[in-house]
Amino acid sequence: MTENGSGRLLEVADVVSGYGEMEILHGVTLHVDRGEIVSLIGPNGAGKSTVIKTIFGLVPAWSGQVVFDGEPITALPPEQIVRRGISYVPQVENIFPSLTVEENLEMGAYLREDDFRPQMERIYQMFPEIADRRRTPAGKLSGGMRQMVAFGRAMMLEPQMLLLDEPSAGLAPLVVELIFETVVNINRQAGVTILMVEQNARKALEISHRGYVLVDGRNRVEGTGRELLANEEIGRLFLGG
Amino acid sequence: MANLVVSGIILGSIITLGAVGLTLLYGIVNFGNFAHGDMMTLGAYIALLMTATIFPALGLVDTPIGPLSFGWVMLVSFLPAMGVTGLAAIAADRLVYRRLRERRVRPIMLAIAALAVAFVMRSVIYILWGADFHFYSQGLRTTWKLPLGITLRPDQVVVLVVAWAMVVGLYTFLQRTKTGKALRALADNPDLARVSGIATERMITLTWFIGGAMAAAAGILLGIDSQVRPEMGWLMLLPLFAAVILGGIGNAYGALAGGLILGVVQQVSTAFMSPSYKPAVAFIIMILVLLVRPQGIFGGSKSS
Repeated sequence: MTENGSGRLLEVADVVSGYGEMEILHGVTLHVDRGEIVSLIGPNGAGKSTVIKTIFGLVPAWSGQVVFDGEPITALPPEQIVRRGISYVPQVENIFPSLTVEENLEMGAYLREDDFRPQMERIYQMFPEIADRRRTPAGKLSGGMRQMVAFGRAMMLEPQMLLLDEPSAGLAPLVVELIFETVVNINRQAGVTILMVEQNARKALEISHRGYVLVDGRNRVEGTGRELLANEEIGRLFLGG
Repeated sequence: MANLVVSGIILGSIITLGAVGLTLLYGIVNFGNFAHGDMMTLGAYIALLMTATIFPALGLVDTPIGPLSFGWVMLVSFLPAMGVTGLAAIAADRLVYRRLRERRVRPIMLAIAALAVAFVMRSVIYILWGADFHFYSQGLRTTWKLPLGITLRPDQVVVLVVAWAMVVGLYTFLQRTKTGKALRALADNPDLARVSGIATERMITLTWFIGGAMAAAAGILLGIDSQVRPEMGWLMLLPLFAAVILGGIGNAYGALAGGLILGVVQQVSTAFMSPSYKPAVAFIIMILVLLVRPQGIFGGSKSS
């Protein structure tokens, strides 16, 4: 959100990618500035999750470039990207179910050589609900708490940026509310920049600084969260209004 | 009857030692290692090589400790036998399983490849040592007569202690150390383990070593309890799998209970039928569990 050039944290330029022979993204261009929450919305099958997976190196980019913090990361595998300060929270299976909450967080810190306890304590302070269940296997928790464990695991490396793949998917309405509040907290309190894909477009835009609408593997519209919410066409197509 | 329960617990402890390795491997490499029984045999024969040939050639002849039929040489032989078998398991992974893994073959292909590895290992043992059976020591096998008609050999106490020390050691490793937790994480959710920076191939190598070493120890203990022969491990394969399935495949705690239950049920069954039906008992247990509760008595650990 700063005015100078160093404000740009992630830059995705004309990225084409897909699975096997099938091209899913036909040229996606977007950027995320330091401190922002940016949402990627759009209809099912538009390739929203593929954008995040391509940024994180889980799906190889066929062409185009991904630049993070001034360095190209396009051809790097996830285990390298994670070391550079991007963490990824998958949509499903984003915890280790038979490991306890605490062990899940420890695994998030697997690459750390230094003492990760202070960061773990900060995460427990941010998510007091899971702090009371440190010794519970994560798979035994409710959907909302599992999501917090997933966020916590991803934050153990103190990333600059979090990639969230549909964090509210499959959760009860009340819990969805809580998850979005949590995303805002992570962004404000921990100062983590966030790029998230969301099906729940209206809620996502309400908490986002900016958003992109992705249709058929291309980004169609860009704007601030408020602009997109006010856009009639988008409202009709994706916001159920 | 009490005697059969006691001998069942001893057999069950040996099964448990094999089964925890088998179930750990299943969780990490995702296929049933049909060579697990023959890894036990290999371990038993390497220990035989140490006690009967290599140590005597170095002038170290085993002298029994107290009422035991063996001494320090036997106990020290565990280490090379476990190490070599662990390395053999890694070698099998490099030569066979990893190549198949890289081609993304289905788990059933890997299991059948393991069966082939099992045949190769057993054939090599036949070639090198022949089909006869061997004893680790010529020492007298003392027997203690305890109340309730229980007879116990001092050797069997050692079998029990060694088996449980290793099982407890493995569980402590899995529960307390960073690497142990990473192994469990990998078994739980391989994709998430990868994005957390856990090096999958290194963990697989480590798991083969642990599985091989534990199997070797189980094989030696089986040899101490009965005798060393080429089919000893192969005949254990059915009880091993039955124990793992009974406890819920991939569930390390389940394998522990499954192994003990298998051992006791197999031994107690000899009160009602010929001991040659022991493998059938394991088979019946396995079928019953698969029909009634396929996720095992402790439920599955793989679902999220």
